[in-house]
Amino acid sequence: MSLVVRDLRVVFDTPKGPVWAVDGVDLEVAPGAVLGLVGESGSGKSVTLRAIARLLHANATVSGEVLWEDEDVLAMPPDRLRRLRGAEIGIVFQEPMAALNPVLTIGLQIDESLEAHTELDTKGRRARALELLDLVGIAAGGARLGQYPHEFSGGMRQRAMIAIALASSPKLLLADDPTTALDVTIQDQILRLLLRLKAELGMGLVLVTHDLGVVAQTCERVAVMYAGRVCEAGPVASVFASPRHAYTQALLRAMPGEGARAGAKLVPIPGQAPRLDRPAQGCAFQPRCTVSESACETRRPSMETDGDRRFACYAEARL
Amino acid sequence: MSIVLQANAVERRFPAPRGLADLLLRRPIRAVHALSGVSIAIEAGETLGVVGESGCGKSTLARCLVRLIAPDAGAVMFEGQDIATLRSSDRLRFNRAVQMVFQDPFASLNPRMTVGAALAEVLRVHNIVPDADIPARVLALLDQVQLPASAAGRYPHAFSGGQRQRIGIARALAMEPRVIIADEPVSALDVSVQAQIVNLFMELQERLGLAIVFITHDLRLVRHMAHRVAVMYLGRVVETGLTHDIFEAPRHPYTRALISAVPSLIPGQARADAVRGELPSPMAPPPGCPFHPRCPIVMPRCASDAPSLINGVSCWAAG
Repeated sequence: MSLVVRDLRVVFDTPKGPVWAVDGVDLEVAPGAVLGLVGESGSGKSVTLRAIARLLHANATVSGEVLWEDEDVLAMPPDRLRRLRGAEIGIVFQEPMAALNPVLTIGLQIDESLEAHTELDTKGRRARALELLDLVGIAAGGARLGQYPHEFSGGMRQRAMIAIALASSPKLLLADDPTTALDVTIQDQILRLLLRLKAELGMGLVLVTHDLGVVAQTCERVAVMYAGRVCEAGPVASVFASPRHAYTQALLRAMPGEGARAGAKLVPIPGQAPRLDRPAQGCAFQPRCTVSESACETRRPSMETDGDRRFACYAEARL
Repeated sequence: MSIVLQANAVERRFPAPRGLADLLLRRPIRAVHALSGVSIAIEAGETLGVVGESGCGKSTLARCLVRLIAPDAGAVMFEGQDIATLRSSDRLRFNRAVQMVFQDPFASLNPRMTVGAALAEVLRVHNIVPDADIPARVLALLDQVQLPASAAGRYPHAFSGGQRQRIGIARALAMEPRVIIADEPVSALDVSVQAQIVNLFMELQERLGLAIVFITHDLRLVRHMAHRVAVMYLGRVVETGLTHDIFEAPRHPYTRALISAVPSLIPGQARADAVRGELPSPMAPPPGCPFHPRCPIVMPRCASDAPSLINGVSCWAAG
């Protein structure tokens, strides 16, 4: 495993009291593998991703273990962390316009990353920047390097972000819902680009998304999150075919279907998303679950392992 | 079936914002071509899905249909009459009969009015029921959208996104409309809550015989709930027809591209190649067919002559 996360917890200290955003998450990413981290808003998927790269604000208390090639990221000194971020682990954010610097040209922003993480000279960095733009499918790279982010379309900005993240050939790319702001035909292009890069460069990929379709089409393994916890994890094909957590099953049934299922009534999940400032004693999904039993209310189900599947649900056998 | 609401060759342009440089250099005023001759018809009791990516004009169309903006050319017809010519009682009747549900339930509710007061205002201003019956009708409306009676005394901030969208729907229903124009009504909601609102729309339609224009970028939703579909691209309808026909046998290359770009929920399904290129700017739509720069089956004539919508498809290659 290149990345191992064990019992990761993130508590935000807010004026209204603590918020338990991530509450004991375990993840593993093998070198060159694609893990999908899927969940609805507030499930803790983005916070998990940011905690792995230690990008959270000072009001977050992070505990547990994040092991990158057996090295503890949470205990890394600042200079080692600088070399890790960018050089070994690249990050692509959700809103490229918010993540790019609006007053620097794209060329300068790629150059910054190359200067920090490679030994190349000025000429070499420019050649590498052109190579990177070509790699992410931006044509006429020479002219594009001199342009500012506002001169790029949404899809092109996301490509530029990916180029910056790839500047130092990272071994792992963390992507935080990189296509959520994009139109569906552009989303398709970006997801295919990520998969091609993964195959060509042999890097691992952690893809945070709220879209089960994106997971089905791009990921090998998936971890489904709810209320700051992983409720189920395993290979995408088997999780989608036979979910072993009540929430995963409910989420799949709430999606508008295809083919024969189109037009049939959706099965909504009753109720509202849980509050993270008042963690439940039992299973966080219990108040909305249609197959819960009395134990779900009082005792939090622990993670069971069966072959390559993991799940934390008392009702698993009845799904 | 009878047509209740119809758009006939509707055109709408917006002047583009001008910067200081545009003024100093005396550049001509440019226009965004939001709608370039759009015709659609909605029959009583049916759902028409309008799909397209950003900039295709779908929201402008919604606003034209409810007379929030007037078309530059063409006409919107309600029960056979041009709505621009409606006066006094006819206009009031139109205003009641055609109601809009907005995308953002946070922005479309008055934060300083309780839900009960907001609904009562609609009933009073439009004399829907005698004053004495207003409180009972408010409760009936809340019940219709499956909110508890206690909701009447609370303010919008006390509700979640899904509940706020229910309030928005209740407000539209207060007018006893025949047509509801819903502009991306579930795009801001999580999948689990989205299914609740989609089911609510379908139930209300069954019960009240409403015609619904469902505007969205989400093809899965359209496939699920629309009887007929209009696919828009850069201010034009490029294909229209029965939902089943559009999804099983799309005839326009853009429709095909759009459908294959939606990530399927079935893992590992083989997909067609991604459509190339970016969405062109509606400020400078390409000449000829608006899709020709991205079209996989483009012919020389596509670059100069714009095909018109014949037998439900606007493509030179269809036939």
